[in-house]
Amino acid sequence: MFETDRRGFMRCLAWAGTGVVWTVSGGVLSSCALGKGLLSAGDFHFVQISDTHIGFDKEANPDTLGTARAAIARVNALPVQPELVLHTGDLTHSQKAAEFDTVAGVLQELHAPALFTVPGEHDVFDDDGKLYLSHFGRGTLGDGWRSFDSHGVHFVGLINVMAFKNGGAGALGEAQLAWLEKDLAPLSDSTPVVVYTHIPLWAVYPEWGWVTRDGERALGFLRRFGSVTVLNGHIHQVLQKVEGNVTFHTAYSTAYPQPAPGTAPGPGPLKFPASELRTHLGLRELTFRANDGALAIVDSKLG
Amino acid sequence: MALAAAAAVKIENFQFTPGSLDVKAGDTVTWTNADEELHALQADDGSFRSGGLNGDATFAHTFDKPGTYAYRCTLHPQMTGKIVVH
Repeated sequence: MFETDRRGFMRCLAWAGTGVVWTVSGGVLSSCALGKGLLSAGDFHFVQISDTHIGFDKEANPDTLGTARAAIARVNALPVQPELVLHTGDLTHSQKAAEFDTVAGVLQELHAPALFTVPGEHDVFDDDGKLYLSHFGRGTLGDGWRSFDSHGVHFVGLINVMAFKNGGAGALGEAQLAWLEKDLAPLSDSTPVVVYTHIPLWAVYPEWGWVTRDGERALGFLRRFGSVTVLNGHIHQVLQKVEGNVTFHTAYSTAYPQPAPGTAPGPGPLKFPASELRTHLGLRELTFRANDGALAIVDSKLG
Repeated sequence: MALAAAAAVKIENFQFTPGSLDVKAGDTVTWTNADEELHALQADDGSFRSGGLNGDATFAHTFDKPGTYAYRCTLHPQMTGKIVVH
C-alpha cells in the first residue's frame, strides 16, 4: 500500500510473509513489495525513540528538548497508540542530574502505557550509571538489563555501555551474557524476540566505537529463533542489516544527525539549517501483525 | 608566559592537538574543547579525569611527578593523547 504524505514523499508499508519489512518515510527505500494492507485489530504496535541527548544545546540543535517533545507529540498523535515505547539510550547528553530530571519529565508526556529504556554511554560515562539507574533502573537487573513479554513477543533490553570508557567499544560482559543465556533458554524457537540496546551489536564502524565486542556471543544465543529483531541507537542514522533470521536496525536520533561511518574526522553532530534539521531526526514505529507474526518497521522523520 | 601558552591542548575535530605534549613537573596543562560534541578525558592510570567537557569548556590538571601520562576520551575511543612530564 502506498501513501503520499504532505511533503510528497512516497511512503510504503509492505508485509512479506513472516519476515521483516522496512519502510522509510522520506524515500530512502527504492522498492518494496505491495502488501496485504495496513493495520488490523489485534496487531501489536510499539515505538522506538532514541538519542534524545537532553542537555545538548549547541548549534547543531539548540533545542533538543523541543525536538524530543516533537517526537513524543508525534507518537501521541499516532492513530493507534503504541502499547509500549522503547528509548534506546543517550537520554541525556552529559549525564547531569538536571538532565535526567528533565528527560524523565518529558518522557512522562507519552500517552503509551509503558516505557522501557537502556542507557547510552552519555548516560553513564562519569558515574558508571548511578544517576541513570536511580531514574530509570526500577525493575531491572544488574547494570540495568531486563526482559519482559508482551503479546507473545519476548523483549530483551541489553546494556552495552558500562565498559565503553575503558574498552572503547560496547560490551555486554560475562554476568549479562550468563543472564541472557538463562533468560532465553525456556523459550521456544518460534518466539519472536526483540532485543533493544544502545550500541550496535554488529560492527558498524569500530574506529568510532560503533561495535559491541562481545555482541557475537549474544547473537549466538539468539540465532535459533525464527524472528529476532535487534534495535539500537548510538549512531543517529538509520541502517539495516540482515543475518539469517536476525535483523538489525539502527535508529534516528531526536537530537541531531551524525555522519555516515568514516565520512568525517569524528562522529560529531552534523549541522544543518534550522529549517532542515527535523528532516534528519526521527522515530520508528513497529507492528507485529496478529495473524502471522509478520513485523513491519516504519522509520519516519520529524520534519 | 611561554610555558603557560605551551601547556595547552586543544580538542578539535575529535583530536588532541598536540597529541603529545612535553611539560615540566609542576606545570599545569589546560585542555579546551573546541568541538560541539561532549568529550571526557581520563588518564589511563586513573591519575586525572575531566568529567564531561561540553563545547568551549576547559579542564586543567597540574602534573607534579615526571613520567608519561597517556589519556583518552572516554566517549570517543579513537581520541588518545599523552603528556610527557620532565
